[in-house]
Amino acid sequence: MPSEVVVLENEKIDITIWRNFLELVKNHKRDFILLAIIMVFVGALDSVFPLFTKYAIDNFIVEKNLIGLNKFIKLFFIVIAFQGINVYLFLAMGGKVETNVSYDIRKKGFEKLQILPLSYYDEKAVGWLMARMTSDINGISETLSWGIVDFAWGLAMMLAVVIAMFRLNAKLALIALTVVPPLAIASAYFQNKILKAQREVRNVNSKITAAYNEDISGAMTTKTLVREEINLEEFKEITEEMKQKSIRATIVSSLYFPIILVLGSIGTALVLNSGGKDVIQGTISYGTMAAFIAYTAQFFEPVRQLAVVFAEIQGAQASAERVFSLINEVPDIIDSEDVVNEYGDFFTPKKENWPEIKGEIEFRNVDFAYKNGEKVLENFNLKVKPGETIALVGETGSGKSTIVNLLCRFYEPTSGEILIDGIDYKTMPQIWIHDNLGYVLQAPHLFSGTIKDNIKYGHLDATDLEIIKASKLVNSHNFIMKMEKGYDTNVGEGGNLLSTGQKQLISFARAIVKNPKIFVLDEATSSIDTETEMIIQKTIENVLEGKTSFVIAHRLSTIKNADRILVIKDGKIIEEGNHRELIKEKGYYYNLYTNQFIEEKNKEVLG
Amino acid sequence: MKEIKKLFKFMTGYKGIYVLAMICIILSQMVTIVSPLIIRTTIDSIIGSEPIGSNFLERLIQYIGGRAYLRKNLWIIGVLLVFIAILRGILLYFRNTLASKTAENTAKNIRDSLYDQIQRLPYEYHVKAETGDLIQRCTSDVNTIKRFLSIQLVEVAGSLFMLGFVSYTMFKLNVKMTLVSMATMPIIFIFAFIFFSKVKKAFEASDEAEAELTTVLQENLTGVRVVKACANQKYEIEKFDEKNKDYRDKTYKLIQDLALYWGASDFICFIQIGLTIVFGSIWAVAGEISLGTVMAFSTYVNMLLWPIRQMGRTLTDMGKAIVSIGRIDEIFNENIEILNGNNEKPEIKGNIEFENVYFEYEKNTPVIDNISFSVKAGSTVAIIGPTGSGKSSLVYLLARLYDYNRGSILIDGKELKDIDKAWVRKNIGIVLQEPFLYAKTIRDNIKLANPSIQDKKVYESAKIASIHQDIKSFDKGYDTYVGERGVSLSGGQKQRVAIARTIINDCPIVVFDDSLSAVDTETDISIRKALNNRKNKSTTIIISHRISTVSEADEIIVLDNGRIIQRGNHEKLINEKGLYQRLYEIQNSMKDLEEDIKLHA
Repeated sequence: MPSEVVVLENEKIDITIWRNFLELVKNHKRDFILLAIIMVFVGALDSVFPLFTKYAIDNFIVEKNLIGLNKFIKLFFIVIAFQGINVYLFLAMGGKVETNVSYDIRKKGFEKLQILPLSYYDEKAVGWLMARMTSDINGISETLSWGIVDFAWGLAMMLAVVIAMFRLNAKLALIALTVVPPLAIASAYFQNKILKAQREVRNVNSKITAAYNEDISGAMTTKTLVREEINLEEFKEITEEMKQKSIRATIVSSLYFPIILVLGSIGTALVLNSGGKDVIQGTISYGTMAAFIAYTAQFFEPVRQLAVVFAEIQGAQASAERVFSLINEVPDIIDSEDVVNEYGDFFTPKKENWPEIKGEIEFRNVDFAYKNGEKVLENFNLKVKPGETIALVGETGSGKSTIVNLLCRFYEPTSGEILIDGIDYKTMPQIWIHDNLGYVLQAPHLFSGTIKDNIKYGHLDATDLEIIKASKLVNSHNFIMKMEKGYDTNVGEGGNLLSTGQKQLISFARAIVKNPKIFVLDEATSSIDTETEMIIQKTIENVLEGKTSFVIAHRLSTIKNADRILVIKDGKIIEEGNHRELIKEKGYYYNLYTNQFIEEKNKEVLG
Repeated sequence: MKEIKKLFKFMTGYKGIYVLAMICIILSQMVTIVSPLIIRTTIDSIIGSEPIGSNFLERLIQYIGGRAYLRKNLWIIGVLLVFIAILRGILLYFRNTLASKTAENTAKNIRDSLYDQIQRLPYEYHVKAETGDLIQRCTSDVNTIKRFLSIQLVEVAGSLFMLGFVSYTMFKLNVKMTLVSMATMPIIFIFAFIFFSKVKKAFEASDEAEAELTTVLQENLTGVRVVKACANQKYEIEKFDEKNKDYRDKTYKLIQDLALYWGASDFICFIQIGLTIVFGSIWAVAGEISLGTVMAFSTYVNMLLWPIRQMGRTLTDMGKAIVSIGRIDEIFNENIEILNGNNEKPEIKGNIEFENVYFEYEKNTPVIDNISFSVKAGSTVAIIGPTGSGKSSLVYLLARLYDYNRGSILIDGKELKDIDKAWVRKNIGIVLQEPFLYAKTIRDNIKLANPSIQDKKVYESAKIASIHQDIKSFDKGYDTYVGERGVSLSGGQKQRVAIARTIINDCPIVVFDDSLSAVDTETDISIRKALNNRKNKSTTIIISHRISTVSEADEIIVLDNGRIIQRGNHEKLINEKGLYQRLYEIQNSMKDLEEDIKLHA
């Protein structure tokens, strides 16, 4: 939910999260290792360069001759060519790891999203899920792959430098490295501070985003209440906090770098002092000392890089935590192993083993409660004959939608059974009922693509002829043909290039193109122009014919034409019968109908 | 570069500090250059026996104690090196903190201005605005600019200076060596420039692939019910996988291009280093230059190479920052409402007069067409009419969310357009049909317009709005936190909180824009009763579809197509053929219903 934006980040490095991560990327273990190996080469070669200078000084300059210069040039050329290739390889390999890891996690996440039941979607806002699937996943894979690069390079380089120094001169090496313990202590101290400071910055940052969101969505309220100045004052507090925290974070990290710098120069100074004496005494060469001076500088170069990597990993952990909460989510509704073996699942349905559906439906002692314990249905019983049309009426929150959601197996009963043609649907895969279901939503949702794509969505194997047939049945053929590109007309993102009425008709066509045995219609309450309204009324009559149908009904015409009307209140059927019978009762339905009647008449007058 | 100029506007007060940051980086680089010189002199002239060659250094060394003394006490030079590092560290510290101070303050300025700009943009802008895009501009674009300021721009200044200063130092040391040491630099620079302008396409391809992926994801998530009902999970996964692969491949391609660049440019850089060592050795052997000079050059080459190599990237980043500035500037270029002009702030009693008011959103399609009516202070007027008849537009005009094209609206005899906008809105309380609640507590939401108001008043208003009991029944009462967009409250509850937060301000004029629609009839009645019982009754305008809501008004106005088609009190209107009578019959008599029932019985 949106308020989760402000949830504060975890402080400690969490091992289980990274273990999860390793499990997920084990397919790319080889690439990871290869990448690390390349980086070791890069780091090691980087440490070779001062040796060239040393060689040139000792053998050419000091000796005052150029014997071996050709060989020197050749060797140097080979080394740099090799290093150039290395650089290319590590970047390309890093890119491969990054893109593959993010591809994999994203794929996993999406597959999980397809399996998760509606109850999950009721809890999570689309924006929240989007953020997990895009920026969080990008963040993790980026940090991880390039983190490895910097880490391996840094360690390799430091190690190589140390080895080179010891091989050149152990005494001088020890002297140069006396600065390492204070460096380690300073790093640990500042690391902690930097991480904390950056975490605080990230937390304020999400507050800023939330504030902008309100700024935009609440503009009208702000204007009518003349709240501009107070709003700005409040916002300025947040940006001030952001500024302070950011500057603080910079100060902390700006203190760290000079300390590394000074420690490095102390190393150089020690080398110069002691090495210089040795040179004067002739115990070491000019070149050795030059190399040592270069090494002390090189040794400290990766330290800062490693510090940065560390901070980024901390940031990525927060992302990883959220992404894994999605990937590890256990769906409430799962097809059991036996069921999958016999009848298949979403991905490999074994349709040949499925019994054909006639359309008889029974709710037997069905209870349903939400996760928070809120009871919606209690001991609900209902029997529907094949081909019967059931209209569900009642107020918002009465339980109508729950009944339909249970029928579609978007939710499952907390207890009791739902039988299709006498078969408990839990003994069948979820896709069994969905494959036989036509469902029209209150707010039509179309996908980007053409009109044809959208109708075909209901039955991917539909032929053009079947598509046109479905369109004709729902009275959408005419308006489609009037469009310049006909069925190949692009509907735009979310179908936004079409009118609401057109979208509704196309969603009808989509629902019936596979000729489902069970039909569920959640009637729209939004008003459309009278002409389209008439077409839709006629369409509904056409569509419902011959199918077992459940309609959450708002239009009086739909209600009146139903075979059976169920009046639902507080999760119970309080009245049942056809229109005539229920009107005679002069009970709840009579009132409901009267209100609806007035509403519709009002609409006729007021538009 | 006009974008950079615009950026300067937001740096007010910190330009000086920013220049200081640049000076710091330049100074730190001068200091950086000194270290190799010291090492060179030490090796050549103190440990070795070359002449020093510089009067200044000669005198300095003499001052410290002479060559022989230093030769025995090399630690002095070590201390000097450490001292220089400390100096450099201090300079870098200031460079970072000063640049960050500038960047953060500039970012704060931009953020605050954006926030204020957005809330002051006229209502018509908000009707069309895309929230996601706007937020993107306010957050990531601002961050891009911040990074550019705090890191890249100072760095550019540093690099340019370095280029000049190091070249100068090198030329002074040895011209021939300098030419050799800079031989490949033009190549690297041109290569970087050409490469980064070419790779732009690959960047765009990757961005586009990401956008397509996002669209598929978004549509899948919002259409989850359709996906499930159509049993198309497999199809969706395949569709997503295709886009996911495409994004992966295009991004990988981009990184490969970049890898090629860094690999090749590193190679050229290494060649440069090699050239310097080889030629340095040859000339040193020939006795033309000293050992120390070779060492100094090999350090300088490094100082020059990497910034130049980085330049290509900095240029692309600069391009991104300029695009961001442009995107933000688009928001600033929109005209905002002037809330506090040089207008009057008369005391408002509550007399309203519309005189031949005409208003249109688009040319020649009037929404309000020549409307005249008046409301006496303390009385109630109800407006009723079909959708699109102009009811809400009337309210918008009254609140000066739009300004009328012709005619006049007088408040206590003063022309509305001459009254200060903020003053108008402070005095005319409007309750919207779909109110927006802030992510604050219910208490703060009711106090919204005036946070310093007393709690007693909050409860009073909530009682009048019939929401007090509801709030009391929540676990945390008035301190219940309203989730974003008020998710935890029902539509009717939200409407009632909105009523409370409006009437708490004791405005002389209150407008209910269909704001009781989600409230049941009985609550509706009790709210209106409570309002009527208040002392200093406000002038009230009620817009509603419910006859029972409007029937008690002193005058009822029936609008259609922007014109008044009927007016009068309830008694008069129910006896007059027309829309009002028709609605009254529908809502009160059973005649139609009985006919309908007979028809279908």
